[in-house]
Amino acid sequence: MDLKDLYQDIIVDHNRSPRNFRRLADASHQAEGFNPLCGDKLNLYLDIDDGGRIRDIGFEGSGCAISIASASLMTDAIKGATEKEAHRFFEAMHDMLTGDAAADVEMLGKLAAVAGVRAFPSRVKCASLCWHTLNAALDETPAAVSTE
Amino acid sequence: MSTPALETTSFDVADVRRDFPILNQQIHGKPLVYFDNAATAQKPIAVLDTLQHYYREYNANVHRGVHTLSEHATAAYEGARDKVASFMNAPSRREIIFVRGTTEAINLVAQSYARPILKPGDEIIVSRMAHHSNIVPWILLRDELDIELRVIPINERGELELEVYEQLFSPRTRLVAVGHVSNALGTVNPVERIVATARKHDVPVLIDGAQRAPHAAIDVQALDCDFYAFSSHKAFGPTGVGALWARENLLETMPPYQGGGEMIKMVSFERVEYNDLPHRFEAGTPNIAGAVGLGAAIDYLNGLGYERIGAWESQLRDYATERLSEIPGLRIIGTAAEKVSVISFVMDGIHPHDLGTIVDHEGIAIRTGHHCAMPIMDYFGVPATARASLAFYNTLEEIDRLVDALTTAREVFA
Repeated sequence: MDLKDLYQDIIVDHNRSPRNFRRLADASHQAEGFNPLCGDKLNLYLDIDDGGRIRDIGFEGSGCAISIASASLMTDAIKGATEKEAHRFFEAMHDMLTGDAAADVEMLGKLAAVAGVRAFPSRVKCASLCWHTLNAALDETPAAVSTE
Repeated sequence: MSTPALETTSFDVADVRRDFPILNQQIHGKPLVYFDNAATAQKPIAVLDTLQHYYREYNANVHRGVHTLSEHATAAYEGARDKVASFMNAPSRREIIFVRGTTEAINLVAQSYARPILKPGDEIIVSRMAHHSNIVPWILLRDELDIELRVIPINERGELELEVYEQLFSPRTRLVAVGHVSNALGTVNPVERIVATARKHDVPVLIDGAQRAPHAAIDVQALDCDFYAFSSHKAFGPTGVGALWARENLLETMPPYQGGGEMIKMVSFERVEYNDLPHRFEAGTPNIAGAVGLGAAIDYLNGLGYERIGAWESQLRDYATERLSEIPGLRIIGTAAEKVSVISFVMDGIHPHDLGTIVDHEGIAIRTGHHCAMPIMDYFGVPATARASLAFYNTLEEIDRLVDALTTAREVFA
């Protein structure tokens, strides 16, 4: 296992210049993720329209290169996707990170760069923190949808 | 930079390393550099052999049987207590309680000493530099009993603010609980002065000595403290055992910590008569092998001698500090005047967890994270640090290896 498999150029790049690294003032969904073991923190903001499409997404937080890059790649991947598609991304990532099932690599695209963590078991949680945070944000029933 | 010529020293580190077989292995194809000694130290052959000998030759329960093995095991277990008493310079072996480790020792003092005497509004002085194990037991009491915690602050060098400490006392102060050496920063606290101040106010002092025992001698009589705890596993002994020293007159007033076998003289449903010290505080079958192994670790440390250990570790600390300081963008967290060979640091643009993974790839084990000392991380405004904690079996060449690996890390993130 080479270090470059973990710290691929795309990971280093997304760590140095995270995409969508901002708070959304008008988020319809949000969640906070925290890894008490290492202190990584993540705030995720989503703006989802009435049709269930993720119009905008942003995050803030602090963490290692893996967690920041994973979150950055995630926001790029699911911006413009529907909630349903976001759930499918989550499943594909879960499959890839746990290795329990063959992952849909084609669907994952750039997200597959994160796969290097599988060789570093203590770092898998760094990559999955943002995805669990996304799940928490999506599961929260948005007041606008249920009341209008 | 090449390794400087060694000063003449009576410490033969190559010879000492042969006592630690675990050090002789490859990690990711590179010789292991073990720099995570503040988390747990490696064990010399003498300790490993003692454990094996105990289980192979005389494993039996203590203080129970009249049979030969039980008498042998009891003699070894109580012999280990004598060694610990001497190791801490305790006035009496009756004052040595075997516990699971420092954490349990502190919880024992919190529950059996402090809890029965505390009234709402009473105060306990703790420190911002403490390990969580010397914070959370007091928070549990605070939340249950409505007492107040007064916290000794630290300065930018990672030293306790003693002038502030001296102002924290009030007529309601019931206990001072401080660490001797900081696990996260390496700071050696002036515990003699801390105890002397508390004495003036007639307040007892508990000292967490978990990070002291690996580096220097413990002398509870010279310190004049009231409770002192350390863990075997950080001092080259087995995991799962440690010792609490407490003044006999305090132990005599304290109710038992846990109930069970061993800690009683007589039990009926009407009445229980508790055992004498120290057994009153050791309910259940103790960690016999662990205690005997700790005794072997103490023998080993005595054989090396803390003076020689200290002299070598000072060289390691100074060389590591100098070499790490040369790395651009590296900042050492904790620059106290008095430090052991524990160095915490951060690097610009590289999270400590990434550093940990990258240097592990070079065969080097360091700790990264908050070191169970989140209030310290908050003070320095960092989520985590990388920590190289060195023991007497470490070498100057290993420090060079770490410096090279950190340089590699800069390249990965360049």
